[in-house]
Amino acid sequence: MADKVSNRDIFFNPFSKDNPVIVQVLGICSCLAVTAKLEPALVMGISVIAVLAFSNVIISLIRNTIPTNIRIIVQLVVVAALVIIVNQLLLAYAYDVSKQLSVFIGLIITNCILMGRLEAFAMGNKPWPAFLDGVGNGIGYTVILVIVGFFRELLGSGSLLGYKVIPQSWYDAGYADNGLMILPPMALLVVACIIWVHRSYNKELQEK
Amino acid sequence: MINKQSNAYTIIYITVMVIIVGAALAFTAMSLKDKQTENADADKMRQILQSVHLTTERSTVVEDYKKYITSTCVVNSLGETVEGADAFAINVAVEAKKPAGERMLPVYICTLPDAGTKYIIPLAGMGLWGPIWGYVSLDSDGTTVYGAFFDHQGETPGLGAEITKPAFTDQFNGKQMFKNGMFLPITVVKKGQLPQGDMDYVDGISGGTITSKGVGAMLDECLLPYKAYLESLSKQ
Repeated sequence: MADKVSNRDIFFNPFSKDNPVIVQVLGICSCLAVTAKLEPALVMGISVIAVLAFSNVIISLIRNTIPTNIRIIVQLVVVAALVIIVNQLLLAYAYDVSKQLSVFIGLIITNCILMGRLEAFAMGNKPWPAFLDGVGNGIGYTVILVIVGFFRELLGSGSLLGYKVIPQSWYDAGYADNGLMILPPMALLVVACIIWVHRSYNKELQEK
Repeated sequence: MINKQSNAYTIIYITVMVIIVGAALAFTAMSLKDKQTENADADKMRQILQSVHLTTERSTVVEDYKKYITSTCVVNSLGETVEGADAFAINVAVEAKKPAGERMLPVYICTLPDAGTKYIIPLAGMGLWGPIWGYVSLDSDGTTVYGAFFDHQGETPGLGAEITKPAFTDQFNGKQMFKNGMFLPITVVKKGQLPQGDMDYVDGISGGTITSKGVGAMLDECLLPYKAYLESLSKQ
């Protein structure tokens, strides 16, 4: 990056103006898969923040030693190692959540956000900005996951984080959970609605 | 200055990296292994207890398991007890792939304060996308189903994954394994259809046909080798 970007912007831009999910449209696949309930969405988000921040720092630290012709392989090895460690930690300390997330933790390796940030940012910046960039993008991703998870669990299961929030009297009066919300296509539609709302507030993001 | 584009540099770089990463991963796996096995065992105990309609919390599951599962045994297809085998350690998914005669068949014997002795049999099979498994508990007559529990690795949510829900599993309660002296494990049929034969049946899940068939096949495949053992129970 030639032009000087402040650390503050590096950290806060991915929240909204440069959000990885709704502006860069990366990491959509896991967004569909883990957002049927709020809890796995949160854990997935935290896992991605951790993996992204640490892999950014590690790649940034060794960026001057990496032979260019194998740099993607080196990035993959670092990410894969971190993902396996996160998975092992979840198996040991959050077994139920790890069962729900199952393969999707492993698939963080192929999450486009990670490779995108490593290649575009960590390879050319110092460790501290790289760390901020990783955490910022991770949070940007998590925020969208949580919003999608919130609506899908609320409308699909009538609960939040596993606690029933829709009172029984509503069900008695004929209200029914929307089973469609639990299926993956609705995640895409919810993301689309978020993008719609987001762009109508941020005119500069609208394509001509 | 080292030439970073040379082959030698690249090879040394990748070798060193792989050794470091390998060591880090091995260390993580080793240091967390006990905790992980503990979790996996606790989860298995929870599933076993669920087949006799006991819902437990993670914090109390080990105690509850010790309290209700009074003994375990391993039998062979002739109904004889296999000495020295640990029922809990047997991998049912591996056993289910062997010919019936060679299988080690675990049985968990559960004593409930208000419902008497139950025999819990583990099951393992295939659904649409991956493995499915479960536990079915029988009354001490060896034929009446007391409860059933099913779980899966990756069946479609809302369709095949519904096999875990009480709406499906509760259908098994009270069904019979033996009909007029014949051993006919319960089958799963499409809603509104009847099975070919005289066996008891439950309704499959609409939209989850392959998973439902998988459950039916799993019941057949895993329960048939227990025939001799269950017959000996019903004679007692």
